[in-house]
Amino acid sequence: MHADPALIDHLARLSRLALDASDRERLANELPRVVALLDSLARASVEGVEPLAHPLELSVRLREDVVTEGDRSDELLALAGESQGGYYLVPRVID
Amino acid sequence: MERRSLSEWRDALVARRVSAAELAQAALAAAREAQPALNALISEASDDAILAAAATAQAVIGRRDASPLAGIPFAHKDLFCTRGLRTTAGSRMLDGFVPPYDATVAARLNGAGAVCIGKANMDEFAMGSSNENSHYGAVRNPWDHGRVPGGSSGGSAALVAAGAVPFATGSDTGGSVRQPAAFCGITGIKPTYGRVSRFGMIAYASSLDQAGVLARTAEDCAIVLGAMAGADPNDATCADAPVDDYRARLGDGVAGRKIGVVRELFGAGVDARVAERTREALALLERAGATLVDVSLPSLALAIPAYYVIAPAEASSNLARYDGVRYGHRAAAPADLDDLYSRTRAEGFGPETRLRILSGTYVLSSGYYDAYYRRAQQVRRLIADDFRRAHAQVDLLAGPTTPTPAFALGEKVSDPLAMYAADVNTVAVNLAGLPAISLPAGFVDGLPVGLQLVGAPFAESALFAAGHALQQASDFHLATPPGPA
Amino acid sequence: MFADWEAVIGLEVHVQLATRSKLFSGSSTAYGAEPNTQASPVDVALPGTLPVPNREAVRFAIRLGLAIDARIAPHSVYARKNYFYPDLPKGYQISQYEDPIVSAGRLAVRRDDGSEFVVPIQRAHLEEDAGKSVHDAFHGATGIDLNRAGTPLLEIVTEPALHGASDATAYLKTLHRLVRWLGVSDGNMQEGSFRCDANVSVRRRGDAKLGTRAEIKNVNSFRFVEKAIDYEIERQVRLLESGGSVVQETRLYDETRNQTRSMRSKESAHDYRYFPDPDLPPLAVTPADLERERAALPELPAARRARYVAELALGEAEADALTAERDTADYFDVVQRATNDARLSASWVIGELAAALNEHGTSVAQARVAAPAMGELLARVKDGTITAKSAKDVFAAMWAGEGTPDAIIAAKGLKRVSDDGALLAAIAGIVDANPTQVAQYRGGDDKVYTWLVGQVMKATRGKADPARVNELLRRTLDNS
Repeated sequence: MHADPALIDHLARLSRLALDASDRERLANELPRVVALLDSLARASVEGVEPLAHPLELSVRLREDVVTEGDRSDELLALAGESQGGYYLVPRVID
Repeated sequence: MERRSLSEWRDALVARRVSAAELAQAALAAAREAQPALNALISEASDDAILAAAATAQAVIGRRDASPLAGIPFAHKDLFCTRGLRTTAGSRMLDGFVPPYDATVAARLNGAGAVCIGKANMDEFAMGSSNENSHYGAVRNPWDHGRVPGGSSGGSAALVAAGAVPFATGSDTGGSVRQPAAFCGITGIKPTYGRVSRFGMIAYASSLDQAGVLARTAEDCAIVLGAMAGADPNDATCADAPVDDYRARLGDGVAGRKIGVVRELFGAGVDARVAERTREALALLERAGATLVDVSLPSLALAIPAYYVIAPAEASSNLARYDGVRYGHRAAAPADLDDLYSRTRAEGFGPETRLRILSGTYVLSSGYYDAYYRRAQQVRRLIADDFRRAHAQVDLLAGPTTPTPAFALGEKVSDPLAMYAADVNTVAVNLAGLPAISLPAGFVDGLPVGLQLVGAPFAESALFAAGHALQQASDFHLATPPGPA
Repeated sequence: MFADWEAVIGLEVHVQLATRSKLFSGSSTAYGAEPNTQASPVDVALPGTLPVPNREAVRFAIRLGLAIDARIAPHSVYARKNYFYPDLPKGYQISQYEDPIVSAGRLAVRRDDGSEFVVPIQRAHLEEDAGKSVHDAFHGATGIDLNRAGTPLLEIVTEPALHGASDATAYLKTLHRLVRWLGVSDGNMQEGSFRCDANVSVRRRGDAKLGTRAEIKNVNSFRFVEKAIDYEIERQVRLLESGGSVVQETRLYDETRNQTRSMRSKESAHDYRYFPDPDLPPLAVTPADLERERAALPELPAARRARYVAELALGEAEADALTAERDTADYFDVVQRATNDARLSASWVIGELAAALNEHGTSVAQARVAAPAMGELLARVKDGTITAKSAKDVFAAMWAGEGTPDAIIAAKGLKRVSDDGALLAAIAGIVDANPTQVAQYRGGDDKVYTWLVGQVMKATRGKADPARVNELLRRTLDNS
């Protein structure tokens, strides 16, 4: 990976992280070094090896279809920066 | 606060030499006294909460069916949600977050009568190996205030090592219990993935995260894990397998056990004196009846890159929920939705967290997934297979927990790769989901060194028994940091 | 110009599963609650919360898979689809990507003209719904309601194998009937329980390669799906004929203007970064699970329809009407078993019952005359206790809650006049009272005969068996 500013901006955009000039400079230095470390995976011979997503390969446990949660909207909305009339508020979204 | 093990405090409580309230207050006082030097605590529990918990515990102390934790003070890593008590994950993002619920681990320890005195400092969202990535400042090592305590459960380790609390909770995604335990000269258990519920433990990397315990002795870890472990309907990855009576099996010893000494854990980056302390500790286990054999797990060579693909990938997704809308930090006066998101997250996350979000996003992004994420999961299987083959031959695997003793504050903070390399001996265990323990194994230049033992899935009992055998045959775990904490 | 072109259509339907609780939390899925009152800490994505999948949703997915002869994966995988939007609290949607629970199915569809075609179903996967955004109620702000967040959906995706808007609609109607029939969804389109996206492309006839497709999002009625697809086909053909090219994009159907228009999303480069959800190990379906669901599977609508035609000798139209809904077919089966008369049962279920349901705006399940009672009523028609005409009065009384058929027949004195003496007395009275008409009849005017029968029926208040009246009246008139 090169310290391509367009790529860093693209990743920052996907991750919704605002970058300032010093962030860009730091990331242009650090990110390629981290990726170079990850590139060492290319050495592995993994032909035909099934990826392992979960240790121990358990299968998922299911729950019965029962309503166990009640209305906690007062308590939960109180955690939000902005709410009104029972709604969480965000800046106006135009579809 | 006298420096005693959990079991010793329990005896004192039962004999009424001290009350639960007195003990909790003494623990909090000790943590406060250590705070200027160590910075190990982020939040204190309220006096009311402490006294109420102590009173509840006091009522059962001495009863035959009382938990051995009744009245024992402790600290939670600030990753465990505690109802009504601020939970920050070491991040500005959650600086004012007071959870409306308890993590399962917190609920179980409350139920056992343990008394939480506060929340321990940690690397932000458990991302770090030195506890320098905390919004609340670095934690210092009680053995040498110029050195790091390890991370990410650095505050937990420092509080236990300083003698403020007999145990603390931790979490271990790539070594975050074992490495600070080793750096601070205490015992730390990372259980099998799925042994302890992750519900209410703020996620870093979900397929690797596992709650653990830091305490002075293997016996203390066994007691606490026994109270934390077991099935939980709120965590679909939590195992249903019954929990062993760890304490009852402490005396099993190591006679007849085969311990595989893993060649790759004594690799090029490992300090020769650390390797020597590790071998000396293993010799003590051999004297206690274990058989040592050399084993090789060649895939461990790729554990670091595989881990630093998988953990940031999962983190990049796990941390997407911090968007300023429903809780946590919210950027002021956003121009539009994207501005709200991007500034909230830039302001709320520290530099290392941002770096891992970006690298995690990179390895999952279109065109790179196969080369990084998929390949890392394939390497993960090779590593798990290596462990499985080894555990078919031996009971436990062994090596140094860390390549070096605690390093100096600031030494690696500007070099992420050097920091990542500090995890070289611990991350593979998480990739394979296995249980592992770090045990005090002596000193190098006055700094503690840890011996790591790795068990087969759900073989925590064997780890505690081996740890107990070592601690019967040595006194490294009894050593205390020099001077006032 | 359209004759040279072939449309290729693939459909994606989001079916809301009829579970009580959400896909990954114990919150209620009930529709219409106050905002955020059905959003638990898991649904709001508070730190440390974890998803635990709903067993019933998995069963529903298996049930649908079995009903469309699909492959049910022994291990399917929940994956995260990552993107930021305020109605998506975790910043990712839990869905299934590479390994869906259902794949390679097929659904046979009958067109209105009776011809059949088979729609290949590529996959059906479980996923969670998002919340709702309210744009107009707040000054300069959008409100977010997370009640719907985490509601279980089954997304059912066809191969791009349909070739016209009417076939697309026929498929959707068949699928809609099936999901309701199986009880996996209430199919309520107004409440968004059955939402359709259509991928439309066109190519010159004979071309093997698919054209560039446009996706029409979220059309919520069968009629509008048909119109939207027709519009889109025409738009694309005109565009290509005039030398333009189709852009791969998402388009919205505007009902009032009957046209589709581009949704110009600011996010040009979507990259969802799907990966297996590390909170959720693979979802296992064992052979025993499959067997249990197979055993619980009801007779499917197509099979039931075929059986009605082949075994009960019902007409195609009757069979269609009876199998439009499972409740109707089940109702019919109970009535039919009680009467052992398929035609009589069918005519009452399709006729009198349907009319009453329609009049009272209710459903078969809520019918105030239950199937066994209807069976008793028709048994009384069959055994000659009452006439078909009286039966309608009895039915109305039953609907009004006046009691069992027998009690109503007794109370209202509706028992058929089967006593020839009484009938003959009534006939004698009519003959005496209408000498002119009798004379006309005897003079060879047969038209007046029907009128005389009517008079006798009127005199017996409909309780007489018309056939017997006919017989006795003829005898009286002809013999005197």
